[in-house]
Amino acid sequence: MSNTPIKGNVAYYSWVGFLALVIALGFAAYLRQLDQGLTLTGMGRDVSWGVYIAQFTFMVGVAASAVMLVLPYYLHDFKHFGRIVVLGEFLAIAAVVMCLLFVVVDMGKPMRVLNVILYATPHSMLFWDFIVLNGYLVINILCGHVALTAEKKSVPPPAWIKPVIYLSIPWAFSIHTVTAFLLAGLPGRHLWLTAILAPRFLASAFAAGPSLLILLALLVKKVANFDAGKEALSKLTTIVIYAGLANFFFVGLEFFTAFYSNIPSHMHSLQYLYFGLDGKGALVPFMWVSTLLGVGALFFLLFPQTRKNEKFLALACAALFISLWIDKGIGLILAGFIPNPFDEVIEYAVTANEVAITLGIWAIGALILSMLYRAAITVKKAWED
Amino acid sequence: MIYNAKVVLPILILFVVVLTYPFWQGGTEQRPEPQKPAKAAQCVEDAAWMRANHMQLLDRWRHEVVRKQERSYTSTRGQVFEKSLVNTCLDCHQKSDFCDKCHAYASVKLVCFNCHLNPELVEP
Amino acid sequence: MSESRRKFIQQVGGGLVGLSAISLLGKFTEVEATANTEVKDKPAQIRWGMVVDMSKCKEGCTDCVQVCHSRHNVPDHGNAKDEIKWIWKAPYKNVFTSKSHRYQQQGQLEKPFLTLCNHCDEPPCVRVCPTQATFRRPDGIVQMDFHRCIGCRFCMAGCPYGSRSFNWRDPRENLKQLDPHFPTRERGVVEKCNFCAERIDQGLNPLCQEACKEGVITFGNLNDPNSEIRKLLGEKRTMQRKTELGTAPSVFYVVES
Repeated sequence: MSNTPIKGNVAYYSWVGFLALVIALGFAAYLRQLDQGLTLTGMGRDVSWGVYIAQFTFMVGVAASAVMLVLPYYLHDFKHFGRIVVLGEFLAIAAVVMCLLFVVVDMGKPMRVLNVILYATPHSMLFWDFIVLNGYLVINILCGHVALTAEKKSVPPPAWIKPVIYLSIPWAFSIHTVTAFLLAGLPGRHLWLTAILAPRFLASAFAAGPSLLILLALLVKKVANFDAGKEALSKLTTIVIYAGLANFFFVGLEFFTAFYSNIPSHMHSLQYLYFGLDGKGALVPFMWVSTLLGVGALFFLLFPQTRKNEKFLALACAALFISLWIDKGIGLILAGFIPNPFDEVIEYAVTANEVAITLGIWAIGALILSMLYRAAITVKKAWED
Repeated sequence: MIYNAKVVLPILILFVVVLTYPFWQGGTEQRPEPQKPAKAAQCVEDAAWMRANHMQLLDRWRHEVVRKQERSYTSTRGQVFEKSLVNTCLDCHQKSDFCDKCHAYASVKLVCFNCHLNPELVEP
Repeated sequence: MSESRRKFIQQVGGGLVGLSAISLLGKFTEVEATANTEVKDKPAQIRWGMVVDMSKCKEGCTDCVQVCHSRHNVPDHGNAKDEIKWIWKAPYKNVFTSKSHRYQQQGQLEKPFLTLCNHCDEPPCVRVCPTQATFRRPDGIVQMDFHRCIGCRFCMAGCPYGSRSFNWRDPRENLKQLDPHFPTRERGVVEKCNFCAERIDQGLNPLCQEACKEGVITFGNLNDPNSEIRKLLGEKRTMQRKTELGTAPSVFYVVES
C-alpha cells in the first residue's frame, strides 16, 4: 500500500519467515488433502462440518468487528479512533481472506467454486454469504487504501469515499447476520435453530474482535513504537465489556429456553457441550475453560484499577479472545451436529493434517495483517513527523 | 513507456516464444484416425458436426437427463437415441480406441469416466 | 513500489471487481427463472411416494439394501466415518426420535426400520444448496446433479434425517464390483437415495420395492387417489419421520397392520 520502502529489521523478517514456514507446511497439508480427499479430516457422515467451518464462522466475526472502530469514528466523530481505524479495516481484510480460504479448503470440489455464481441461487444463504463477504473485502480494501493514501499525501480523503464508509457499517452487520442465517434456518439442528443466533454472533464478534484489536494495539506500541492512545484503548475496552456481557447474557438465554422448556432436542447439544451426553463429552473441559476465562476476564475488566493497567488489560483481552474462540471456533459448529439426526452421539476429533491446514490459514492471515500494519504504521508515522 | 525496458523486454520476448512453442515447432504427431465402428453406418449426427460439437451435445444431454427427465434425443435426421454416453456412444465406439486417442492428441483431459463406467473394462 | 505499477495494480483490481459484478448481475436475472421452474414447480399429476410396512420385513434380510447398493455402485468403506448409505436399517428408537420411547412393546425400541431419503415435499436440502445441485423434480423426487455439486455439505447440515452421505474418499477404492448401467461418484460430492429416478423414467419401480419378496415396500403416486399406495394409506394407520419440522416426507411407515 505504501511507497515507502520497508526497512529491513531482523525481528520483522524472522516473523515473516516463520509465518512463511507455517504457510508452507499448511500448503503441503492441503496438497495432501487434495490428493487423498477430506477423509484426512476428522469430519464424517455425522459431524460433516468441522474445524474449517468453525474457524470460518469465528473469523467472520473478527472481520465484522472493524465496524466497532468505523462506527464511533465516522458516525459519532469519536476522534481518538483516528489513529487506529485503519488498523480495524486492515484486520477485517486479513480476516475475510481467512474466511474465504477456510470455505475453500472445506469444499469437496474446490475447482467448482464458481458454480456458486454460475448457478446463483438466491434461496441459498451460502450464496448471500458469498456476496456479502466478497463485498466486505472490496469495501475494506477501498476504505483503508483511500484513507491511507490521502494521509500519505497529506490531503483530506476524497468526498466519494464517505458513502462507501457509511455503507461499510450496515455491511459489517450483514456479514455476520448472514453467517448466522447459514445455521439458524436449518430444521432439526436445534442448537442453531434460534432467533438470537445472529445477535449472539454479533455480540461475541464485538467482544472478540476489539479484544484482538487491543492486543494488536499494545503489540504495535511495543514493537513499532506506535501508540493508539489511552482514550482509544479505553473506549475499545468499554466496547469489549458491553459486548462480552451481551454475549454471556445471550448464552444464558439459550440455557433458560432449553432447560426451562425441558424440550429434549433443545437441551441435547447444550448438555453435550457442558455436561456430556450418553457418556461422551470431549468438549466439556473446553467449554468450562471457555466459560471461566470469559467470565473471569469480564469480571476483572469491570474494575477501573485493573483494566487501566496495560499488562492486565492484555491478559484479560487474551483470555476473553480465547474464551470466545473456543465457544464459537470449536463448540458451536461441532455441537450443532451432536447428537446426529438419529439421536446418536458421534464425536469429532480433529486430525493433524486438518490442524496443519488451519494453522497455515491463520499464518496467511497473520502475514497479510503484518504487511498491511507495517505499511499503515509507516505512513502514519511519516505523516505525524 | 516501459519500466526498466532493458531487462523487461528480453524476458517478455522469451516468455512469448516459450508460450507459443507448440504452435511454431510443427507437430510431428499424426492426427489420429480412429476406426469406424462396424455397428452403425452413421453417428448420432454427422461426423464433422460431432467432431466439432460432441462436448456441447454431451453437456446438453447430461443436463437434460439429470435435470429435466428428457432421456431421448431426436437427431436432425429424425432418428431417436437414448441420451447416454455409456449406452449410446460407447455402444458403437470404444473408449480406448476412440475417446482416448483424440483426447491424448488434443491434450484435453477426459473427466467423464471418473464416474461413468467404461463397459470395456466392466463387462466380462 | 513505483507510481505507475501501483496504478496498474489498482486498475486491474478494480476491473476484476467490476467484471465479476457485471457477470453476477447477468447470471442473477437469468438463473432466477430456472430456479423457479426447477425448484418451485409443485407436482401437477405425480408425486412419488413410498409406504414401508415393517411388520412384513424378515429379520436379518437385507435384500433391498444389497440390490440398491450394488446396482447404484455404493461403496463399502468399512468404517462409520466415511460410510455411504442410500437405504439401510436402523433401530426404531433412532428412526423415530420424537416418538414416545417409554413403556413400548417388548423389543420395539430396537426393532430395525428401513430408512432412506424421504423425498420431502418441502426439502430443506434443496433450499440450502447454493448451486441447485440438489433439486426437486416436478414428480417429487429430490435428485442430485453430481456434475454440479461443489461438496460444501450444506445439504447434509440441512437434512434432518441423516439421509445424505459425502464421498470423503474415492468411492472406486472400495467397489469390488461395478455396475456399468449406473455411474459411480467422484470423491468430493454428496449422494443419497434417488428413488431410482433412472428406472422411474423408464416406467419401472424402484429396485428396493422390486427386490423385496415380502411386500414390505409399496411404491406409487401419492397424487392419484386410485393408486395402490393411496388405498393402503387410506386403510392403514401410518406415520412419517419428524413431521413437526414441516418437511412433508414422502415415505410413510405402517404403524399397525
